[in-house]
Amino acid sequence: MDPINFVILAAILFAIGSAAVLLRRNAIVAFMGVELMLNAANLALVAFSRIHGEIDGQVMAFFVMVVAAAEVVVGLAIIIAVFRARQTISLDEPAELKG
Amino acid sequence: MLDLTWLLIAVPLASSLVLLIAGKRTNAWGHWVGVAAAGSTFLVGLGAFIQMLGLDAEERSHAVHLFSWIPGGELNLDAGLLVDPLSITFVLLVSFVGTLIHVYSVAYMEHDPNRRIFFAYLNLFVAAMMLLVLADSYLLLFVGWEGVGLASYLLIGFWNQKPEYATAANKAFVVNRIGDMGLIVAMGLIFAQVGALDFATVFAEAPGLSTATLTAIGITLLIAACGKSAQFPLQSWLGDAMAGPTPVSALIHAATMVTAGVYLIVRSAPIYDGAPAAQTTVAAVGAFTLILGALIGMAKDDIKKALAASTMSQIGYMMLAAGLGPVGYAFAIFHLVTHGFFKAGMFLGAGSVMHGMSDQVDMRRFGALRAAMVTTWVTFGLGWLAILGVPPFSGFWSKDKIIEAAFVGEGVQPWILGGAALIGAGLTAFYMSRLFFMTFHGKARWTDGQHPHESPALMTVPMIILAVGSAFLGLFLALGDSFSHWLEPVTGHAEHHDPVLPIPVIMAATLILVALGAWAAWRRYGAADVPVEAPAGSLATIAARNDFFQDSVNRGVFERPGTHLTRTLVYADAALVDGAVTKQAEGWARTGEVARRTQTGQVRSYALTMLVGLVIVIVVVVLGGL
Amino acid sequence: MVNAVLFWVIAALTVVPALSLLFARKAVHIAMSIVLVMVGLATAYVTLGAPFLGVVQIIVYTGAVMMLFLFVLMLVGVDQKEDLRETLKGQRWIGLLTAAGLGAFLVSIVARVSIPAAEEAVSGEPDVIAQLLFEEYVLVIEVLGFLLITAAVGALVLTHVPRLKPRRTQLEVQRDRVRVGADPVNKPFPGVYARHNALDVPALDPEGEPIAGSVSRVLKIRSQTQEGEEFRAQLEDPSRKEGDR
Repeated sequence: MDPINFVILAAILFAIGSAAVLLRRNAIVAFMGVELMLNAANLALVAFSRIHGEIDGQVMAFFVMVVAAAEVVVGLAIIIAVFRARQTISLDEPAELKG
Repeated sequence: MLDLTWLLIAVPLASSLVLLIAGKRTNAWGHWVGVAAAGSTFLVGLGAFIQMLGLDAEERSHAVHLFSWIPGGELNLDAGLLVDPLSITFVLLVSFVGTLIHVYSVAYMEHDPNRRIFFAYLNLFVAAMMLLVLADSYLLLFVGWEGVGLASYLLIGFWNQKPEYATAANKAFVVNRIGDMGLIVAMGLIFAQVGALDFATVFAEAPGLSTATLTAIGITLLIAACGKSAQFPLQSWLGDAMAGPTPVSALIHAATMVTAGVYLIVRSAPIYDGAPAAQTTVAAVGAFTLILGALIGMAKDDIKKALAASTMSQIGYMMLAAGLGPVGYAFAIFHLVTHGFFKAGMFLGAGSVMHGMSDQVDMRRFGALRAAMVTTWVTFGLGWLAILGVPPFSGFWSKDKIIEAAFVGEGVQPWILGGAALIGAGLTAFYMSRLFFMTFHGKARWTDGQHPHESPALMTVPMIILAVGSAFLGLFLALGDSFSHWLEPVTGHAEHHDPVLPIPVIMAATLILVALGAWAAWRRYGAADVPVEAPAGSLATIAARNDFFQDSVNRGVFERPGTHLTRTLVYADAALVDGAVTKQAEGWARTGEVARRTQTGQVRSYALTMLVGLVIVIVVVVLGGL
Repeated sequence: MVNAVLFWVIAALTVVPALSLLFARKAVHIAMSIVLVMVGLATAYVTLGAPFLGVVQIIVYTGAVMMLFLFVLMLVGVDQKEDLRETLKGQRWIGLLTAAGLGAFLVSIVARVSIPAAEEAVSGEPDVIAQLLFEEYVLVIEVLGFLLITAAVGALVLTHVPRLKPRRTQLEVQRDRVRVGADPVNKPFPGVYARHNALDVPALDPEGEPIAGSVSRVLKIRSQTQEGEEFRAQLEDPSRKEGDR
């Protein structure tokens, strides 16, 4: 199987992840969609590294993983803080920017 | 002295300013300053006149340069004075009659706390009138023109505590303004065609202009003259102008300001000489107004309003004469001068009667005053005889000449104009006699508590002097056609044409009509009893009492359409002009309202927007790069 | 080249649980599905010659990140059933359309590409990666360390709940208990015998009577208590064995 198919797989996963961000109301589920998108990007990077025979793709994917982990930490802390203030994690509830 | 003629304007103007600015401190002696200013005008004018008499006829036109007014550019105009026989005549008339009226006013306005202001306005008027008649260009004349309009407004509305009087002043000013529009348009036409506004240039170029241009200028100048001289169709203000104190009526609305229109037309003789259509219009307007004024005068019971209608009618005579061309100019001015004397004298007499009858103006409440106010009766009577045209008094000499000149011409015109003048003479005799008999003869119809008494010397002496003028001035000026020759350098030499009727016939017809009119008036108002309440008259009488509904006509023809037009324009301005701007702003606001709906405040819609934008960018980049 | 069967298995293992993100109702189900996706992705990394990355994927994502998610889910409401009806107008259709469009567009672009794969497989061994990391990208590593510290501190700061009221001291607890008439002392512990921690045996008061409140009522309901005579007898007679009557 041509490794390029992994890139197609990554594209599909990316699409699913973005759909989840748009369509789900639960903040944590939307966050999981974001994680899925990041992982799809990682998969594409690794696949290209395999295609080109360079190892830099894997190193980039590694960095992405680290940053994603840090992001998850802070993001979940924010969700907890918001939950403590509003007692809900629905994405529809905070609408102060409504103009 | 001729070079000092600028004093004629400066001295009264300065006196007026002093009296107005110095305020209440001058209350005690302010009126005498006013009298002195007017008197000095007469002295300077007299001096210039005597100096002019010593010159030859051709040299009598003296130009006095004052200052450079509008320098350079398209219009290069200097302010200057033109002292020639025509203007000196007016100067003498205005200053002499004016001084007499100033003296009269000292006693007439004795009980008025604002007497000083009255004299300030009178002096302002004299200054503006002098400027008007002495100006050497149309523009400077216009300054004087406006000045007398202003003074007239201030003086008519002098007792503006009464709203009707203030309204009358407004009315006079507004109707005058319409006339002023005519003068402005005329000046515009002159400037467009000739490129200058001073008399010398304009009259030199006038023969070279087309008839159409000259006719247009002539008609617009006529409009201006109608406004100032209360001729049809701008005559509605003169009756209401009687709201001012009687000296004002005497000076401005009898002798001087209302004659400014005649001055304008006679001064613009070179223009009218080239536009026969305009001349005919002038004569027609004059003829119509003289009949109109006579008819109105026949029905008025207010002595001042009747005299005002008489003024309107007599100026109609002057206009008629001025519209006859060079043959009539001199007679118009001649009648103007004599009219100034006898009308002013009669107005002062009316003032004296009012003074004696506690400011009563209704003639139906007068009667049998000749015993109580002898001097007034005599002076008024001389004026009455003059206006009737009874020889040898002034009016005979001047009015008769006009009637004769009216009968000169070809075709049907002399019959119409002459006939009108003749009938007018009869009507004049009737209504002036009616006025005289209702006031001084018959039975006393006074209200309770009236003690008519003669007026003080300060009032009677001017009346006497004017009466002497009314009596003898005409004869004096008519001797040897001296007045016509005096004015010849200005009006041009008129060829003598014969009227269509022989002169003796005209004279006889005039005298017969006058006698008939006077006798009819004596029968109704002198011998018979005059009812105290005005009887319900015929339709014609009612119409004449209401000035032939001139105010309603003005309102219907001009005011209402004008108001509608203004309202439409205001609405159009608000709707279209303002609306264009506001609608645009509203459009933007509505766009904003629509665009505002994208700001839902929902995180997910923002995420959707971002993703859509991202997709678009990717597609554009990829497809663009392919 | 990758084994075709392996590829399709990985595809199934990643795409099918990922769809639960869109269709499942309970958040915990979704979290578990994502764990499966992460495992599938780790397999894919190993397949593509990145074993180090595959292991790191399991450790970091599956082990740490998803567990974090589960912990937070537990904190904020694990039994929330999400209503799948869409509140914003048009969001569902435009969202699906955009996402599907994006996917389709990318897939179409990539499908047209044919890049010849490199002949020699890249070796993603830890030592190779480590060499690259600490020689070429050492600055990035240091910055990433900084980032991780910042993230940890940030999480602490964000979840810190400042004390708004003064701390309730033991004195106040006692006072409140006495005021309402509750027992001022702690509940008695269950009886303790040398044989075992006797949660099911009541404690004895000084008279030797069992104290009722010392055994959990749950055990009583479940009939799992004992009286304790057996143990006492044994204590008194050391020769008796356990279970003897």
